[in-house]
Amino acid sequence: MSTVSSPASTAGPWQAEALDALLARRGRDPHALVQILREAQAMHGWLPRDMQAAIADALGLTLAHVEGVASFYRFFHDRPVGRYRVLFSDNITDRMLGNEALLLDLCRRLGVQRGEVRADDRVSIDFASCTGLCDQGPALLVNHHHVVTRLDAARVAQIAALIESRVPVDEWPADWFAIVDNVQRADVLLGTPLQPGAAIAAALERGADSMLDEMKQSNLRGRGGAGFATGQKWSLCRAAPGAEHYVVCNADEGEPGTFKDRVLLASHADPVFEGMTVAALVVGARRGLVYLRGEYRYLLEHLEAVLQRRREQHLLGASIQGRAGFDFDIEIHVGAGAYVCGEESSLIESLEGKRGTPRIRPPFPVEHGYLGQPTTVNNVETYCAATHIALNGGVWWAGIGTPRSTGTKIHSVSGDCERPGIYEYPFGTSITRILEDCGARDTQAVQVGGPSGVCISAFEFGRRIAFEDVPTAGAFMVFDRSRDMFEVARNFAHFFAHESCGFCTPCRVGTALVAKRMDKLAAGHGSRHDVEVLFELDKLMHTATHCGLGGAACNPLRDTIAKFRPAYEQRLKSLHFEPAFDLDAELSIARAMTHRDDPASHLETER
Amino acid sequence: MTTLAPLYPTHQPRKLKVATVSLAGCFGCHMSFLDIDERILELIEHVEFDRSPLTDIKHVGHCDIGLIEGGLCNSENVEVLRDFRKHCKTLVAVGACAINGGLPAQRNHLDLGEILQDVYGSRTGMSAGSAIPNDPELPLPLNKVHPIHEVVHVDYFLPGCPPPADAFWRFLTDLMAGRTPHLGHGLMHYD
Ligand SMILES: Cc1cc2nc3c(=O)[nH]c(=O)nc-3n(C[C@H](O)[C@H](O)[C@H](O)COP(=O)(O)O)c2cc1C
Ligand code: SF4
Ligand code: SF4
Repeated sequence: MSTVSSPASTAGPWQAEALDALLARRGRDPHALVQILREAQAMHGWLPRDMQAAIADALGLTLAHVEGVASFYRFFHDRPVGRYRVLFSDNITDRMLGNEALLLDLCRRLGVQRGEVRADDRVSIDFASCTGLCDQGPALLVNHHHVVTRLDAARVAQIAALIESRVPVDEWPADWFAIVDNVQRADVLLGTPLQPGAAIAAALERGADSMLDEMKQSNLRGRGGAGFATGQKWSLCRAAPGAEHYVVCNADEGEPGTFKDRVLLASHADPVFEGMTVAALVVGARRGLVYLRGEYRYLLEHLEAVLQRRREQHLLGASIQGRAGFDFDIEIHVGAGAYVCGEESSLIESLEGKRGTPRIRPPFPVEHGYLGQPTTVNNVETYCAATHIALNGGVWWAGIGTPRSTGTKIHSVSGDCERPGIYEYPFGTSITRILEDCGARDTQAVQVGGPSGVCISAFEFGRRIAFEDVPTAGAFMVFDRSRDMFEVARNFAHFFAHESCGFCTPCRVGTALVAKRMDKLAAGHGSRHDVEVLFELDKLMHTATHCGLGGAACNPLRDTIAKFRPAYEQRLKSLHFEPAFDLDAELSIARAMTHRDDPASHLETER
Repeated sequence: MTTLAPLYPTHQPRKLKVATVSLAGCFGCHMSFLDIDERILELIEHVEFDRSPLTDIKHVGHCDIGLIEGGLCNSENVEVLRDFRKHCKTLVAVGACAINGGLPAQRNHLDLGEILQDVYGSRTGMSAGSAIPNDPELPLPLNKVHPIHEVVHVDYFLPGCPPPADAFWRFLTDLMAGRTPHLGHGLMHYD
């Protein structure tokens, strides 16, 4: 695995031998297409059409198929994007820390427009969805590999100078790439040191059947958002007929404001892999796959090293811990910048080397998953919890938290607070408590669970984090009274419009309509009518979209209209309908071209 | 002797007033409307046409229903549309052009200044002294072609390019009968 960040020359020819070697290493497997494209791009910086044709040829696919896949993922480029591709994370927390001004400053220093490639092919600069570094932002991603955290004006100036003098990213100051865990409160998952292999031994001791019983007793529910009972999922998968069974770890962590899986992978990879191994024992899998989001590419070498060590410790591979017939190994797939690939069926499509379009469900992955075989997909934290349950038993786990939400939950706290970072609490903890612990002052709202989650306003801070009250996938973004909750919702609306995979019309069109309406309001052209239209769009998208992305896309809108309606109303120009743009300005070009300025060459604003 | 007013006044259906116009459209939607064929005889039992290409009335009066074909490509379109909105209780965007901008909106990825320059200035075969027309009688083109809902509130959308005659029929008969119009499967067209 090369650690050299991309790209070679951007416009020059690509290297046929290097591509051949890559294809050979990947066994010319069409299911590895996404990985092949990623590695090919890492060699060359972008994916020229003839290179895609060569890949198609070697894999026995059509060029149209390969181009279809390549064009789905935002981190793949079918044209040069410059030797330095700089992407500023654009979560609302980055916004609050001033990322827009920093981006503009970098653009100005380097003489390039946002979204364009500089004429000499040196650099392009743009925004990207949240990179999962909200507690140490503003952050940016260079060449889809390196992340720079804690940006400020001085650092931006230095980056501009390094790019101008063509210093390879690997040679930039190492401390810029430092990513800290920021664990502020540890409970059982983050605070209990584990001996690698101990949980596997405990599970083997129990046997697959009673291990499954422990899981059911623990009442563990999935930590990726939907909260499905993990024991039941494993038991469905185990019972489903299939030539092979698979265990998949969802490390896509794309929900803006969520970064707890990053910390687990960086510092607790052993319990995560161990949980996957326990799952393999229960469901009878021989192969496990980790889907690592492209933004976390920098974790790959570390994770590969942990896997390698575990193989050497006989915790992966053939006859794990000497148990004949217990064979299991894990490989890592790296995503390429598509939030929807966190949805388990899109994730499986992507693992199979395809566009990440969500499947029609049922059948669910437990019956019909990776390569059509029974597959257990769980979140990183879920596997970590399974490891602790294997060690300490289901009853122990069920004794933590609340009866319906057992165990602990890890929160990624960011936004307006003194101590952003990672906080682990038993379920049932109140929002007030978390706000106190993180040093939040004068808080007006918390977005729990990211844009797809719920916006909680001050009068509800007594509510508790639990599936039965305020459920969460792990994000906890704090907004104090200086923040404009309309702008928060508008940022989220653009996130969903940006990430909609485009497969179904209600979401493809609906997310764009919502973002456009919000922009209309932001530009001061709004009327009460627009707020009503937003309500209607919310209702429509809630029921008509193909997957959960579109279904949740209006959550921030609905919550903020309900709880922060004045933030919307202050923007309304009138209660009656208002045009979406300045009508008189729409005649400006024709007026200039005809040199007219007579009354008929103007459109009055109606009152 | 007193005459008692009837307890339940008998409903005297009055003819609905309908106006139609083609803004930046091709009249294809109007042609499709006429494709309701002999049903037009039944229709005029219930409606009376105000401003419309069918009547040649030039200014829209107070109406129940206004049908708008075509989007907005110049200032006159905007004024006519506003006039319709003021005068019609129910305003309907008819066809792809009214709803999305449609075919005329294909010019939106070009700069209007360059288009005018190309067409009236630098095209081959122009007579000497040609210039961009600037007669105050002429409406000025908008920088971009817009769908009508961006400028006025629109009550209903009748999609299609053009919407089929049966969609017009269903839509109008629903509306006249006081039902919220539902085109349903088969009449909902996007092309
Ligand atoms: C749009 C969308 C994005 C999602 N992103 C993630 C994600 O990043 N990580 C994750 O674990 N689950 C994500 N999920 C939920 C997964 O579909 C799935 O429910 C989960 O991985 C199951 O694991 P669990 O039972 O351990 O929670 C997402 C769902 C949707 C609809
Ligand atoms: S809801 Fe959105 S993300 Fe999901 S399938 Fe439809 S278009 Fe794609
Ligand atoms: S929608 Fe089609 S038929 Fe109607 S005006 Fe436009 S181009 Fe003509």
